[in-house]
Amino acid sequence: MRATIEPTGLTRRIIPCLDVAAGRVVKGVQFKNLTDQGDPTEAAARYAAEGADEIVFLDITAAPERRDTDLDWVRRTAEQVFIPLSVGGGVRSVEDGRKLLLAGADKLGINTAAVAEPELLTRLAERFGSQCVVLSVDAKRRDDAAAGTGPSWEVVTHGGRTPTGLDALEWIEEGIERGAGEILLTSIDSDGTKEGYDLELLRRASALSPVPVIASGGAGTLEHLADALETGAAAVLAASIFHQETYSVGAVKEYLDHRYPMRIQTGASR
Amino acid sequence: MTATEATVIDAGVGNIGNLVRALRHLGAEVEITCDPATIRASRCLVLPGVGAFRPPREVLRGAPEEAMRSAVDAGATLLGICIGYQLLFDSSEEFGTTDGLGLLGGRVTELPGGVPLPHIGWNRVFAVRDHPLMTGATNDDHYYFVHSFAPEDVPEEWVLGRCRHGRSFPAITGRGRIAGTQFHPEKSGAAGLRLLSNYLAWAGDLAAEADGGASGVDGGNSAIAAGH
Repeated sequence: MRATIEPTGLTRRIIPCLDVAAGRVVKGVQFKNLTDQGDPTEAAARYAAEGADEIVFLDITAAPERRDTDLDWVRRTAEQVFIPLSVGGGVRSVEDGRKLLLAGADKLGINTAAVAEPELLTRLAERFGSQCVVLSVDAKRRDDAAAGTGPSWEVVTHGGRTPTGLDALEWIEEGIERGAGEILLTSIDSDGTKEGYDLELLRRASALSPVPVIASGGAGTLEHLADALETGAAAVLAASIFHQETYSVGAVKEYLDHRYPMRIQTGASR
Repeated sequence: MTATEATVIDAGVGNIGNLVRALRHLGAEVEITCDPATIRASRCLVLPGVGAFRPPREVLRGAPEEAMRSAVDAGATLLGICIGYQLLFDSSEEFGTTDGLGLLGGRVTELPGGVPLPHIGWNRVFAVRDHPLMTGATNDDHYYFVHSFAPEDVPEEWVLGRCRHGRSFPAITGRGRIAGTQFHPEKSGAAGLRLLSNYLAWAGDLAAEADGGASGVDGGNSAIAAGH
């Protein structure tokens, strides 16, 4: 619960997530059978008008190398949407990061590339500052935990198909040490279920992380979002509840306001 | 209204693209430069900055800094953003004490512990004083912050907006034709765009007065003469 005098007025963030392929918003299962869901700039502008605090884009374009024109959608979005924009996917080098930031991204999401080469986090943080380096962690519950030790989670990549052997909580600590300024933590077990976030995972991660933890994977109801914030997460990310218009960002914030500090935009959703 | 011309001072650090995009979105014609002659001729200056205090401070030392003072003396407005805001004060204690531009009184110190640092995210700014920048501002406006240091010991009569993170600090300060924000208005949604739009309108008004030879701009030249 909120104390009477808070040491900060910092709000918890509500973050819609958009999957993008070849410059279009897409929807699919495990990145297969993708269907076109429209223009990323339009979707981001709509969410921003509803009061979104940030937009996370996951660029799932399958291309070995990114051409400059592949980032036109980032440029167009940055010209029209004036809230923080985070773009993940395809950042394998400092040069990839530089191109994305010049195109208008404010933050870089790093997932598989960081697992393959942890030093990349340090190089990006040294060059651009920790504030724009977001370590994206996909975590899967281990089912071989010894009795009495409690649950543990393994880092997985490629949408959960590739195990890495890394302990998720240890990897988060290492990532922060190496320069990550935020952790985007997705439960692969919960992702797509709409049955709620993995609260135990979020609680553990939030307790050990000095940097903001963004909860991801499993949002289906308003109460799920509140539960995730109750673990100490700085932000909640959701995709389908917003895309399918189950809830607007404004409705989510109205529900959570007074329980958690929220930025309520006057004149939202004009 | 004709397009305002804004000069964004590029001290060579950080990504200023999104600030330029926001100003253009508001109809400004934007020039990006660190050339002293261009700065001196401008009527609307914006000093952005991200990262650390010292590198841009050293870039500005000498001719660019003198050009900024001359421009303001001649009727230009100046808006500092984030590190650009911190540069306006007397000094900063980031990595040892570094002198600032001394255009605003106060020192830049680290925010106290007990709250997450850096201070990243949306925080509320209480409007505490009327000013052309604050047109339309309410006590429920939130802006996007990314910083660990903030000004303190700023004379209260210049503080336009206050924010709380570990301590209360001046998030918006204005003195004469010089103003600044600790947050990023270009990333602060509708509230941020409104502030930038207010700034462009204010700069346009003051430039028109200066060019028309009108006197009595409140706190204009005299504020600079009384500077450090």
